[in-house]
Amino acid sequence: MTGTVAALIRKDLQLERRAFESVPAMLMFSISIFVLFHFGLDRGALAGDLAAGVLWVTLLLAAVLGMNRLFVAERDQGGFDGFLMAPVDRTALFVAKAIVLFSFLVAVELVAVPAFVVLLLDPSPGQAMPELLAVLVLADAGIAVVGTLIGALGVQTRARDLIIPLIALPLLVPVVIAAAEATAPLLAAQGAEPFPARWLAVLALYDAVFGLLAYAVFDFLLEE
Amino acid sequence: MTFGRGLRALSIASAVLIPGAFALVFFYAPNDADQGFVQKIFYLHVPMAIVTLCGFVAGGVYGIKHLRSGDRAHDLRSYVAIHMSLILGVGVLATGSIWARASWGHWWVWDEPTLVSFLIVFLLYACYQPLRFSIEDPERQARYASVFAILAGAFVPLNFLAVRMAESLSHPRVLSTTGGAMPGDMRITFLVALVGMACLFVTLCKYELASKAASMQLRALKRRLAGDDGLVPLNRSAAPQQL
Repeated sequence: MTGTVAALIRKDLQLERRAFESVPAMLMFSISIFVLFHFGLDRGALAGDLAAGVLWVTLLLAAVLGMNRLFVAERDQGGFDGFLMAPVDRTALFVAKAIVLFSFLVAVELVAVPAFVVLLLDPSPGQAMPELLAVLVLADAGIAVVGTLIGALGVQTRARDLIIPLIALPLLVPVVIAAAEATAPLLAAQGAEPFPARWLAVLALYDAVFGLLAYAVFDFLLEE
Repeated sequence: MTFGRGLRALSIASAVLIPGAFALVFFYAPNDADQGFVQKIFYLHVPMAIVTLCGFVAGGVYGIKHLRSGDRAHDLRSYVAIHMSLILGVGVLATGSIWARASWGHWWVWDEPTLVSFLIVFLLYACYQPLRFSIEDPERQARYASVFAILAGAFVPLNFLAVRMAESLSHPRVLSTTGGAMPGDMRITFLVALVGMACLFVTLCKYELASKAASMQLRALKRRLAGDDGLVPLNRSAAPQQL
């Protein structure tokens, strides 16, 4: 299982390194959205809940781009058939793809969050960094789990680009609620305030519930 | 497949309970001391919302049964439960909106968590039919729809938890009034309305199941009559076409 997962991850990362299909697009998209928000809200700097909202909506929309592309190579170039013929546990594909999507999100955020701080955020979240990282990691895990599942569900449909965002966005509303509520006090104008830990608990609960569900149902998306 | 069993008894029960509940609402239950006559929409809105959410969860349960057994009848049940819940869901949003307008002065209130979480759940389930419609292979359509139904069914309680936590706790919890806070005659009226709505939901589901099963049987018979050259290709459809 571990070996299969590692091989699948290696394959996807190599593909991404050679073709640059997802991460640069997600990144460019996030930065464009920051610029759009700047003009749409007509604000030079954001703080508090407005900043948290802009950050999380942008990251979520960028993640949808990644979900859309996640399984395209598998479907178009026979990767699903090849994988189904191999004598390996099918859950390995889910685990590998979720880790890949998670690492794509981390790669995007490594640039997009500093860009957000530079472009839009007024107080730099200096000492609140560890808390912000915790929120980012937990939210990314939720987005990666749900995104992988919905990506696999939607990639076989006729209207893939339509079905995936339509299903994923309502499903991820709790992540946006919890992440934005947890981030808002960290980005407050008068410096970071202590943030309610219950939001981290909500994110962790969400990750756990959907992780288990995905583990249970993912096999049924592959059967042929 | 006999989906029509008990249909007559259920129809009669709904036909008695729904008018009975309305009679209780208008002639028995007292006007709310705070909101007056407008509060009576509560007896329509809340039972409908509860039944809708239970219908969504039931769709998920039938989805699990379908995936475990591979019996396509469960997929049909899951489809019908979600379909009926979507129709009732439109009613829930409309009545909720009217109630919000009458008691708070706005058609939509974002800090009423029950209303907001219901909207999110409704938006999610609104994608159920498009998802089914965009998958052509009937076997895969049934399988993917069940996966969706399970995910969405689990999402319902999680979403209510998250939205409820996010909102300020200044508004009264609608559902908490079903508990000890409600006076006896109001509670009886509410319970009758709830049972009536549940009966109506089950009856409508059974009617749709029976109708779908009948047209499937009819199609199979026609095909047998016409032989191989009379094969009419199935239209692409969101609803299950074969058992």
